[in-house]
Amino acid sequence: MNPTLAQSVTPSLKQVHDEMPSLREVFDTVTLQSGFNTNAVIVAATLLGIAAGIIGAFALLRKRSLTADALSHATLPGITSAFLIASAMGLNARSLPVLLLGATISGILGVVCIHLILTYTRLREDAAIGIVLSVFFGIGVVLLSVIQSTATSSAAGLNHFIYGQTAAMLTNDAILMGAIALIAAVIAILAMKEITIVCFNESFASVTGIPASLIDGLILALIVLVTVSGLQAVGLILIVAMLIIPPAAARFWTDRVRMLIILSALIGALSGFVGASVSALLPRKPAGAVIVLCAGSIFVISMLAAPARGVIAQLIRHARLRLRIAIDHTLESKYEYPEQHKKRSFSLRAFLRVKGYTDSLHTTSALTQSGIARGRRVRRNHMLWEQYLISCADIAPSHVDWSVDQVEHILDEDLITRLENEIRASGHHLDSNLQETHS
Amino acid sequence: MISEQLRQYISFDLFPLTSAICVALSCGLIGNHLVLRRQSMMGDAISHAVLPGLVAAFLLASSRSPMVMFLGAGASALVTVGLIELVKRLGRVEPGAAMGVVFSVMFALGVLMLEQAAADHVDLDASCVLYGQLETLFFVAPAQWNELFSVDTLTHIPTQVSTLVGLTIIVITFKIVFHKELRIASFDPGLATTQGIHAGFITVLLMIMTAACAVASFEAVGSILVIAMLICPASTARLCTDRLSTQIKLSAVFAISAAIIGYLLASFAPEMLDMPSSLNAAGMISVVAGAQVALAAVASPSHGLIAKSRRQRELRKTIDIEDLIGLLYRAKETGSPRSTISSITPAMNTKDINQTITNAARQGLITHTDTTLELTESGLQTGAKIIRRHRLWEGYLVDQANIRLDNVHDIAEQLEHLPTDEPDSDIQIDPHGRPVPPQTH
Amino acid sequence: MTVAYHRKPVLWDVDYDAPPGSLVAIVGPNGAGKSTFIKACLGLIPAAAGTVEFWGKPYKHARAKIGYVPQRETVDWDFPVSALDVVCMGLYRKIGWFKPVRKIHRAAAMESLDRMGLADYANRQIAQLSGGQQQRVFLARALVQNADLYFMDEPFAGVDAATEAAIIDVLRELRKQGKTVIVVHHDLQTVPTYFDHAMLLNMRIVAAGPVSEIFTDENLHKTYGGRLTLLAEASEAVARAQQGQPTK
Repeated sequence: MNPTLAQSVTPSLKQVHDEMPSLREVFDTVTLQSGFNTNAVIVAATLLGIAAGIIGAFALLRKRSLTADALSHATLPGITSAFLIASAMGLNARSLPVLLLGATISGILGVVCIHLILTYTRLREDAAIGIVLSVFFGIGVVLLSVIQSTATSSAAGLNHFIYGQTAAMLTNDAILMGAIALIAAVIAILAMKEITIVCFNESFASVTGIPASLIDGLILALIVLVTVSGLQAVGLILIVAMLIIPPAAARFWTDRVRMLIILSALIGALSGFVGASVSALLPRKPAGAVIVLCAGSIFVISMLAAPARGVIAQLIRHARLRLRIAIDHTLESKYEYPEQHKKRSFSLRAFLRVKGYTDSLHTTSALTQSGIARGRRVRRNHMLWEQYLISCADIAPSHVDWSVDQVEHILDEDLITRLENEIRASGHHLDSNLQETHS
Repeated sequence: MISEQLRQYISFDLFPLTSAICVALSCGLIGNHLVLRRQSMMGDAISHAVLPGLVAAFLLASSRSPMVMFLGAGASALVTVGLIELVKRLGRVEPGAAMGVVFSVMFALGVLMLEQAAADHVDLDASCVLYGQLETLFFVAPAQWNELFSVDTLTHIPTQVSTLVGLTIIVITFKIVFHKELRIASFDPGLATTQGIHAGFITVLLMIMTAACAVASFEAVGSILVIAMLICPASTARLCTDRLSTQIKLSAVFAISAAIIGYLLASFAPEMLDMPSSLNAAGMISVVAGAQVALAAVASPSHGLIAKSRRQRELRKTIDIEDLIGLLYRAKETGSPRSTISSITPAMNTKDINQTITNAARQGLITHTDTTLELTESGLQTGAKIIRRHRLWEGYLVDQANIRLDNVHDIAEQLEHLPTDEPDSDIQIDPHGRPVPPQTH
Repeated sequence: MTVAYHRKPVLWDVDYDAPPGSLVAIVGPNGAGKSTFIKACLGLIPAAAGTVEFWGKPYKHARAKIGYVPQRETVDWDFPVSALDVVCMGLYRKIGWFKPVRKIHRAAAMESLDRMGLADYANRQIAQLSGGQQQRVFLARALVQNADLYFMDEPFAGVDAATEAAIIDVLRELRKQGKTVIVVHHDLQTVPTYFDHAMLLNMRIVAAGPVSEIFTDENLHKTYGGRLTLLAEASEAVARAQQGQPTK
């Protein structure tokens, strides 16, 4: 690297201000009125997002996400050798179909090599993927240097396969993307159950007559298709991102395969759309990177905010449970020993007061009617469970407290009745306390 | 006077070569543990993910001193590892996907920042991030020998080189100091913890070392070579041996040789092939490393395909010979010391009976004419041994293993050829009622 | 048949005819090849020698009549499917390639779930179910296939008492209907209570037949007591030889 030191590295504020797009510009872009080229790019990027989203969902389910990484790196030698061969033969070396054909062949060769390594040597999957990824890419790099040293200016375009040049996408690309998205969607609809069963339980699938190898081949073929086509748009390193991030993000929102695929497609589409639009509006932002960052942001939002699996939701659930346990403990001890006043945190006291279980915020507060009722219930459950463990489950009394603490908070009426019956059935005498407090 | 050729070498080749060797050696050594722990892809993730750190460090500090780059990239690497863990634990995301999400987002960030830097007229060449510019480690060599080691000369050594040499020393030290811990933690983290060696701590250290390798090697050779050197030499070594210490030494050998061969090929092959200029050295080194893996997979004396198939053929040959001897012995038992080839052939399970006969004769076990076969003395002894093993196995299978009488013969046919101990027994008669030849010593 | 796993012979000379309309337990120590036996029968592992026939025909023709409950650990329970989805998988074969799952299929699956007492959990994602409930979902999946012969791999492993009772109820119901169920079982104590036939397996069949006849101390000792180290070593050696590895 030979970086020359810039005079001022950080742009001045005015520069930033000048670069911000006007509202009008934003509106035009987003509603696809901003000129043909921009529209083509946005549409193509969106369709790519859909295609990669659907296919990436399959890869995620099959746990093959990183194979896509290896595959995309493995396309480089194919692209470069296609270029060289075409030049040598006097053809238009930059023609897209030629290059993509090369990419496909070497991509598939890469996957074959991974399979060979796994079958014939003792090396594991992670090593196999890493070897193919780096060595194939290395071959591509060597060939690239050959191309560059022959000093034909036409070589410059090849670099874009690594970083992508979304802004150069035209109608043809949009159509290609659309076609692939359509193929992916059709396969998803038709073969959803076959793909699901193979990804979930391979042995059962075999027994039912659905061979895993067929489905694997299908998924792999789709990955090759979308990778090779997306190379141009976002570059080979980032196409992997489009295959991995949307389904991972979608997973946070749903527990169903069909929903996963749909959401993954939507997130992919959104990333493509927003990314391409932002890139069109702000100068010099490479679209591929912006698209991936959009997808990444959606991922982060999903991981945090999703209702069931999201981190925030989990934290809230845990906090709620801890609170409930703390309340139950407090009420139980206040019920049993109303004269004893343990020190409790302010927030706990406040909560009890607000909920109407105690009559004041003081540590010495007394229980209200509802507080007494709940305290009694918790106490009863505790004793019931103790009784059960002692009489029915032959657990030594010294172990009782340990087991009870967690469980008692989750007892429900049904179970309580059963416990009481069991205690009675085993001929043990139900403590008079318990009987009296049975509400 | 330092000869012109040597001077040329020192100016153009010495330091790139040294850098390449340092990168190869450090990554190769560290890579052993990544491969054993099946965490090869962490090397890939870290290599991609250091980009934003590098660029950020450069942009913020406006300097390209290796220290700054190192810090930036190192921070980036640690953040990456941390984020991957976070996503895995909190998000319950599958490990491969977690890695993919984190490193591709980081890389995208890096690309974005690169563009920003380019726009600000900062010349940060993106491609060198990927595959380095080993060739530009240029250094003007002094003309006199006594100047070679002068302070003046030494301070002009490209900083990347000294960094890399320093890195290699650190890596080697790390490996020596933590050798025991690394060994246990790689194979059995549970055991490690019970022995007071905190497996988690070792993991963190390993990741830091990996990041250090990636970062230090970046400028010189780019990210792809780092991945190749982390995984390939260790894998090649893994295919050659079963012992950890041997594997580590072999990986060092393979790494260094890949670096040297790759560099030489890249520099001199174009001349020889009459092509305009030199090839990308880093790429060539990874290609050589890959070729080493392929070569080992095929030709490794212990695990290679050629060796395996040779052993299988040898075994097949031995089995055929032993089968032949066995048949002849049994025939002799029932009173025909000499057998015709045609009568033996149907019972033999081999494609080329004549070859087997030749082999057996060559080993001095039989004598043969055009139509008949007869055991020699030594052949008789061998036959006795085989039949003894066979019948002892039959007895064992029937008595101990409750295999049915009808099937013991076929199974014993397989087992009699094995080098395992034969069943210990004094029995004289096999389950079929035939005598067991006594032990010959 | 002789079955080799990763080319190491695990089962030697296993020859067994399953009596129709019975509950058969396969018992033996760990690594004795019990799961391997089932997998070989179902064609999941190829047999090194020998054949498997169902009602006189090879497996391919009999698929529709055979149900399978694999081991619980073989599955990633975080997979995004509900209990009902899993049970529907049992019907995929009947539905056919590329056709969608219809209401009528879902209804049948629901019925099967109900039979296992899990009607309320139909729409829960499977990770939210307890171990016993997951096992029952697997069982429901096999039942919905309406097979004549069932293979179950350790269905009682790690389940609570309620689930165990539910499973044994189902098994008895199946037997009453004349179906055959072959179960890899880990708990010797319950074999005489739950099953009427048994196969004692330890790399080869020690004994097979009605429980009352073969479940003797002597047979059990042969199965669990003396490990066939010599045979095991020989199996190892065969494997190494076949893979062309150097002999030790």
